[in-house]
Amino acid sequence: MGGTPTDLKMIDENGRRLDGRLPNEMRPLKIEAGVLKRADGSAYVEWGLNKVMAAVYGPRECHPRHLQNPERALVQCHYNMASFSVDDRKRPGPDRRSHEISKIISEALTNVVFTEYFPRTSIDVYIEVLQANAGTRCAGLTAASVALADAGVPMRDLVASCAAGKVADTVVVDLAKEEDNFGQADIPVGYVPRTGEIVLLQMDGDLTQEQFNKGLHMALDACKNVYEVQRDALKRRYSARASDAELASEGEGGDKREVA
Amino acid sequence: MSKDVVADLKRDHISKLVAKGMRADGRKFDELRPLKIETNFIGSAEGSARVHLGNTEVVVGVKLILGEPFPDTPNTGVLTTNAELIPMASDTFEGGPPDQESIEVARVIDRGIREGHAVDMEKLCITPGKEVWIMFVDVHVLDYDGNLFDAANMGAVAAFNSAVVPAKRAGKGEDFPLPVMHQPISVTAVKIGGKLLVDPTHDEERVAEARLTVATIEDGNLCAMQKGLDGSFTMDEVFQVVDMSRRIGAEVRSKM
Amino acid sequence: MDNSGSRESGREIVVPGELLAVAGKKAGPGTYLDGGRVYAAQLGIKSVRPDSVSVVPLAGQYIPVRGDLVVGKIIDIGPSNWLVDINSPYPSPLHVNEVPWRVEFGETGKFMSIGDILLLKIVDVDEVRRISVSMQDHGLRKLSGGMVIEVSPSKVPRVIGRDGSMIQMLKNMTGCRIYVGQNGRIWMDGELDGILRAVRAIKMIEDEAHSIGLTEKVKRLLEEKSGKGA
Repeated sequence: MGGTPTDLKMIDENGRRLDGRLPNEMRPLKIEAGVLKRADGSAYVEWGLNKVMAAVYGPRECHPRHLQNPERALVQCHYNMASFSVDDRKRPGPDRRSHEISKIISEALTNVVFTEYFPRTSIDVYIEVLQANAGTRCAGLTAASVALADAGVPMRDLVASCAAGKVADTVVVDLAKEEDNFGQADIPVGYVPRTGEIVLLQMDGDLTQEQFNKGLHMALDACKNVYEVQRDALKRRYSARASDAELASEGEGGDKREVA
Repeated sequence: MSKDVVADLKRDHISKLVAKGMRADGRKFDELRPLKIETNFIGSAEGSARVHLGNTEVVVGVKLILGEPFPDTPNTGVLTTNAELIPMASDTFEGGPPDQESIEVARVIDRGIREGHAVDMEKLCITPGKEVWIMFVDVHVLDYDGNLFDAANMGAVAAFNSAVVPAKRAGKGEDFPLPVMHQPISVTAVKIGGKLLVDPTHDEERVAEARLTVATIEDGNLCAMQKGLDGSFTMDEVFQVVDMSRRIGAEVRSKM
Repeated sequence: MDNSGSRESGREIVVPGELLAVAGKKAGPGTYLDGGRVYAAQLGIKSVRPDSVSVVPLAGQYIPVRGDLVVGKIIDIGPSNWLVDINSPYPSPLHVNEVPWRVEFGETGKFMSIGDILLLKIVDVDEVRRISVSMQDHGLRKLSGGMVIEVSPSKVPRVIGRDGSMIQMLKNMTGCRIYVGQNGRIWMDGELDGILRAVRAIKMIEDEAHSIGLTEKVKRLLEEKSGKGA
């Protein structure tokens, strides 16, 4: 986070940011669930100029074997940025930043997944950033939650994620690229909507206690909006062809066992 | 991993179908799956395309940066092709450094683009011997159901057609469209039970004895070929694949 | 709460974490209890009974249940068992005691090979999810010929149909023998044409499991001729 080039006004006279947003406004967010054929579950997120794909395989046998937990499933997230996702081409393969993000997202998701239902297995979550414009870890965690639900993995809730930050001494929500590059603080947050628990939290920059307080509140409010979009994406996946009570009675009870 | 053990049943079923002139998805032997190409899909790339070939989905990004030419070609830009077969696309792909499969895919696509002179590399020279444009073609596989060679090739060609060289950002004058010269299109066929099937699905690839990829350009000339798997082709079969590739290549080109 | 479009004819799609019942209902499958309230644990259809509420999942792994009939695939062979993939997070051993032949130690490879498709029954699932299967019962055996396809295990009830009506229609109209494993694997054998039509019909059922009038649509599909030929 450095100084701002003098011709960049992060917040103008009307309180508007570079892209015209007010401090508490999020960028446009679109989510599609179930977009890949091979994966057990998947989700595609377009958030501002971010384009992120998430896929889930599992629960399945845990490889490498020595990582198996005899009592729980392991939620292993692999976050990666495509070489063409950023202006200066990135060398393929995970770097230290990707490893760190993979870890914190794994931990956030482990919190909500009923891992005790699948001992000795692994639930593999892959996040690919195809186009990056700040907030990719939040977009990734948001997509991953939808992909897990899409795969039918039992969870106690989805995890919604969004970041807050500070630019030009103003606390704002959902930083865009220039705001992240030239801003003064960044607070990515992962939120469990029903209980209000925070399962991912990082911060870097320079904030007073009050600014942090305000930022955290703004991020959590934004997460509530993110949750609505996540839920809508999952429902839309199936409701386009919703219908009759036939399924409700076929889906449970006696008929299940008849086979040949 | 267990999923990749091909049951004899599946092999038998596909072979029986082929013997009767049929394929599991109802296609003709020389028919491509539904093809959808979207260009300029990735704003952060100088050129890009998203390709759906049946259930196979790949994203190809073209990035251009300044660099030094190779000593033996001081007047031309540099082309580098890379393919990422990420685990997201299939439970048969392992993460980690590129394995033989991803390297082969990258090199075959590269061959088609390079030998087919898709891009006029000399126009990518800024100062001979000193400074040229390095063009990175990165193939990212998102969903895998066979035939990466053709899906990625089409993605690269489509990405070139809409790419812009970012000269302005690099302080080298105005931006200009990537100097595209030709459209090399590859067509891949596999041999099953003595028959040749174009654009194989993953299942068909797994039971195939041999595979042949042939790339052609607009005038019908050949620019690249690659035979794969451990079976064999007769000379006649090779010519058949070449014919199909010319014909289907022209059809694909007309749709781009 | 506005479910715009997700609620039609009484069928409500719920996502994990959604509140299903405030009090007085037991937590059925696909749900969990927290502070006396029942919440959805999976993406699925909310199903309310007089004394309980559950969620019928729309996707998910096959969770073996004792007594289930499954279609398995041998993935490894040991001296006294065959390791079977039953499309579940856990592969399961088929012990030499659970097959109808007398198999000497080390001779397992002579009876069945890797890749063989078997019709099996789930005999036991213990507390740590270890599964045992058997091929002893009447009708259980190695399957030869034909074709196996996989559908999401959550769609199996739909392939079978109420009172087996859907599977019966599939068998009658294609002339195929069909075994539907609870694990989402379906084996079928018959004339090639019949197999192709059965496969297409089952794919339709999987894709449109929630459609109105699915039975009619499948019937019409089965009446069409199959394949286009080379």
